[in-house]
Amino acid sequence: MPTGMLQIRAISAHPDGVPGRGVQREEEVCKYIDVTTCIGCKACEVACVEWNDMPFQPTTFDNTYQTMPATSWNYWNLITFHEHQRDDGTLMWLMRKDQCMHCEDPGCLRACPADGAIVQYANGIVDFQQENCIGCQYCVSGCPFDIPKFNSATKKVYKCTLCSDRVGQGLEPACIKSCPTGCLRFGTKTDMRALADARAKQLREHSGFPNAGVYDPSSIGGTHVIYVLHDITKPELYGLPANPQIPPTFTVWKRFAKPIALVLSLFAAPVAFFHYVSQGPKEPLAPPPSPGYGGPGPQPPASEVPR
Amino acid sequence: MNTTIERFDESARRRVGAYGRTVVRTGELVRHPVYTRVLHWSVAVFFILALLSGFAIYSPWLYHWFTPLFGGGPNTRLLHPWFSLGFVALFALQFLNWLEPMTWNADDRRWTRRIREYVTNADAREPDYVDFFNAGQKMYFWAIAISAIIFLISGIPMWFPKTFGRPAVGIGYVLHDIAALVMLIGFIVHLYEGTAAQPGTFQAMTRGTVDERWAWTHHPAWYRRATGRDPRTDYEPARARQGQRAGDDRRANV
Repeated sequence: MPTGMLQIRAISAHPDGVPGRGVQREEEVCKYIDVTTCIGCKACEVACVEWNDMPFQPTTFDNTYQTMPATSWNYWNLITFHEHQRDDGTLMWLMRKDQCMHCEDPGCLRACPADGAIVQYANGIVDFQQENCIGCQYCVSGCPFDIPKFNSATKKVYKCTLCSDRVGQGLEPACIKSCPTGCLRFGTKTDMRALADARAKQLREHSGFPNAGVYDPSSIGGTHVIYVLHDITKPELYGLPANPQIPPTFTVWKRFAKPIALVLSLFAAPVAFFHYVSQGPKEPLAPPPSPGYGGPGPQPPASEVPR
Repeated sequence: MNTTIERFDESARRRVGAYGRTVVRTGELVRHPVYTRVLHWSVAVFFILALLSGFAIYSPWLYHWFTPLFGGGPNTRLLHPWFSLGFVALFALQFLNWLEPMTWNADDRRWTRRIREYVTNADAREPDYVDFFNAGQKMYFWAIAISAIIFLISGIPMWFPKTFGRPAVGIGYVLHDIAALVMLIGFIVHLYEGTAAQPGTFQAMTRGTVDERWAWTHHPAWYRRATGRDPRTDYEPARARQGQRAGDDRRANV
């Protein structure tokens, strides 16, 4: 996707610093999703497909109103429908707009071994740069939300860009623009978080949802897509992990253990070299006994032993 | 089971051997026949290709050094599993070829207790019981065999992450790295031992023959089997002479 006017904050598998980082003050952006006012109209799905010029796909019927089982490499935004029976026996229909969460600490970027295949902009958007992608799919394993999707034809991975091309030009993402109820909003992280907190408070105090809260998981440093949920104690009801984690494989192991272990292993080379220097080669015993070599011959005087 | 392997290996050895020859000069013994040499170098080529392409993806600090060798990042990613399959398949043949001489036995346990003397060159020659391979060579062989299995088991989920899921990739990734580092250390030691550390060894894998002196120094029990002579009567006088020289050397240093 085009970088536009966006300043990059982090680059996957990039050994050096990020040019231009911290030069300008930049606000962090955030998408606000209030699942309590979502009506499941799927306008955001259509807007996403349209703006990103992705082909319309046949829908899959699975006894819900859900368009298809999951997002795919060319379908980045999906309303999931969860039927939930409350303790008092009444039914709740939980609809959630599923897309990339744009984590503050992105597991995909941590896992990626290809320089520049994943970037995080200073405004918090995490974006895939397909021209640098090598198709290893480590990002798929690094993501706690199962968002990156592999296209086996192009051997590249795709996901929601938070419309970085629009945001870079000062526009709001396509999904936000299409939402008829106002359950989707876009702005700075501070503003959206305040809005979400106010809405959750309203739900707690006036709407009979004592557990209402904001989903902005701190285990990955917060996200740039936040949800207002009826019940923050049970995010699993909406298909969200309660405690999203990046596998330690891509944090502790990749970042620290791997380089240290490699350097330690390569120490075998200088060890071998200095073994040679200090101990010398292990020569075959004895020069060939003269003449008619083919076994042990007469022993020549020590003075004639060639070196 | 054993006989099936032996029959398969014997026919492969005969067929490949028909396309080559081993020239034995005076005072030399045949150590590795054509089939073994061809296998060894085929395994070596695929090992190095897999190693370098794996290094490219191993760490961000290596990415730009090694991906150009294989035509860029996507190609490196594409080729690495195929290099590795080539390595595993060829090593499987080498495994069958060497299973019998590589079998661990009581002599190897004795050898490992004297590893200090071996490493410091305190022993001018190997102990009498060292046969075709010493325990160090056997350790390298088994380290490669076990690592190859770990590579395969951990590599397939990394190749098809959607089928095997996140936890399998997460664990496989770490195991893959550990196996790679074990192999890397072993490989460096193997390179050193096969060339500079022990003059006369490298030709065993190129021309296929070794000097008799080399054989009685490094593999006395094999020398006895191959020549029918007692290595002790052959190398004792030799050792006496070399000991003298070593003594001179030490005095010169003082």
